[in-house]
Amino acid sequence: MTPLCEMRDISISFGGVRAVDGVSIQVNPGEVVGLLGHNGAGKSTLIKILSGAYNADSGEIFVEGQKATITSPRDARRYNIETIYQTLALADNLDAASNLFLGRELTNWMGFVDDDRMEAETRKIMARLNPNFRKIKEPVSALSGGQRQSVAIARAVYFNAKILIMDEPTAALGVHETQMVAELIQELKKQGLGIFLISHDTREMLELCDRVSVMKNGRMIGTERVEDVTEDDILSMIIMGKKPEKAA
Amino acid sequence: MTDVSAPQTKKRTGFQALEIDTRLLGMIGAFLVICIAFNVLTEGRFLTPRNIFNLTIQTVSVAIMATGMVFVIVTRHIDLAVGALLATCSAFMAMLQTRYLPDLFGLGLGHPLTPWITIAAGLALGTLIGAFQGWLVGYLTIPAFIVTLGGLLVWRNVAWYQTSGQTIGPLDPTFMKFGGINGTLGETWSWIFGILAVVWAIYALWSARRAKIAHDFPVKPAWAEATIGAIIAAGILGFIAVLNAYEIPSRRLERLFEARGEVMPEGFTASYGLPISVLLLIGVAIVMTLVAQRTRLGRYIFATGGNPDAAELSGVNTRLLTVKVFAIMGALCALSAVVASARLTNHSNDIGTLDELRVIAAAVIGGTALAGGIGTIYGAILGALIMQSLQSGMAMVGVDAPLQNIVVGTVLVAAVLIDTIYRKKTGGR
Repeated sequence: MTPLCEMRDISISFGGVRAVDGVSIQVNPGEVVGLLGHNGAGKSTLIKILSGAYNADSGEIFVEGQKATITSPRDARRYNIETIYQTLALADNLDAASNLFLGRELTNWMGFVDDDRMEAETRKIMARLNPNFRKIKEPVSALSGGQRQSVAIARAVYFNAKILIMDEPTAALGVHETQMVAELIQELKKQGLGIFLISHDTREMLELCDRVSVMKNGRMIGTERVEDVTEDDILSMIIMGKKPEKAA
Repeated sequence: MTDVSAPQTKKRTGFQALEIDTRLLGMIGAFLVICIAFNVLTEGRFLTPRNIFNLTIQTVSVAIMATGMVFVIVTRHIDLAVGALLATCSAFMAMLQTRYLPDLFGLGLGHPLTPWITIAAGLALGTLIGAFQGWLVGYLTIPAFIVTLGGLLVWRNVAWYQTSGQTIGPLDPTFMKFGGINGTLGETWSWIFGILAVVWAIYALWSARRAKIAHDFPVKPAWAEATIGAIIAAGILGFIAVLNAYEIPSRRLERLFEARGEVMPEGFTASYGLPISVLLLIGVAIVMTLVAQRTRLGRYIFATGGNPDAAELSGVNTRLLTVKVFAIMGALCALSAVVASARLTNHSNDIGTLDELRVIAAAVIGGTALAGGIGTIYGAILGALIMQSLQSGMAMVGVDAPLQNIVVGTVLVAAVLIDTIYRKKTGGR
């Protein structure tokens, strides 16, 4: 099977420091790939190259087998790569529909924003993602962390993301809300999206992901199927930078 | 998903079904209390057609600028230079219509194009200065407080420099029609305008309801919609009726007839009706509300105020947006300069002094949050009206000048306190 998205032999340096050094990673349709590592291991940098925020010094990106040129966030969007930022890039004072369409508003023939149509579309997508989501007309500041996260995810899904990058999607959430996001990820998997997930929480990653990749000092230590490893194996990969015995 | 949230279709009964913004109700309530209190204290002199007319035309200049200040404050900036910018535009337009155009460009006094060239040039100047200040804030990232604090000194004295501190007047007669009492629609046209406004308001309500039904959204019960329509219609027509009840003094009428070489018929009366300056304010209010609610520009203004990073990540050019917001503010200062100088029939050196504080106070009393992201155009206009009512009411009652300002200052702080408490209680918005 052709991978949905493949990053091949990616390297980038900042002022002489090799932040990412010859790393390859790929995701298949309907698969969640987790990226683990210490702060500064290079996982966010790697993923920002895919979302267009950074430009790699060398290496290639393939989307559905075709070579892709991504030099800006707009390019990434063109390849249906959407990013959900760690800081939840939502405007608190606006409602869910305005946030979902922020920067890409639907307009009517007179050029005015068409709030009714955007609300209708928001209701549709929310019915798919989070059927209990009711607070369409309220400012997102009135929403819980999980509901806010589903607005952010809806934004990615509505514009037909095929590849979703989630940077610490549950970092600011409570137990219950984390569960909501986990269910949402399962739902998106079923719809055939490829998801890159970044998190510090090893146990959560083993639950959510199909495969996990561990990075240390800009290098890829290894990629394992979650069935094949224990939490301890992963931790030793993160800390020692060694592949587990049985997989080696 | 196991998310628990309140059911969408709560049955709303009675008053709740009207879905009127409680903040708006509060402000209207405060305004009515002020009016009635002063009416009692002045033994009925406050709520006369004459005083309401005067109150209205005194509010226009500050109210026009307050609508622009909403955008500025919503994007987390401030503009301290509006009064000074008004003065610069006013001085420029006064010089243009009395000196430059008649003498330098040889149009002579009273040329029919003079007022229009003047207004166009004044608006262009205001927009340009506003855009320049916005560029300093947005692209050079100097805090708006500093840019406009400097602007306050600069433009106040550019105005002084232009006129050498002289009072410039009399202004062009057509130009002066924008000031208030010198330019009104008269009884018939005021009624026609009022009826058109009612028709438009009801059509707007109806088409909004139709659009909601088309999308299967919940709508208010029909009686609630009708009640709101009736209140709006009564408000508009009542306002017109009050303005039309203010009759032009007969001596002034006689002079008007004499000027045309006629004799005034016995028992002839005429009313002022709707001032053109108020018409201008209504126009500004509609356009600014449309911009705020129905355009991408407005959406980006509020999004940037709510979360500048989110707006930036969503592809909004927040720097250019700052320039646009300050340019709009500048254009509105120029428009206010037309109204203010036309109302006074001349440009005086102290025109617009302390207006920056009145304008900011109007916007803030009207519910604009200094933290950004929240504010309405109608709120700012109501805020301006409340400020003006307080000021002229106290003057009528004969409150000492220092006490007047003490009261206004206290009201400003108290209004923001009440607003803060209200926001905490209702959570957001």
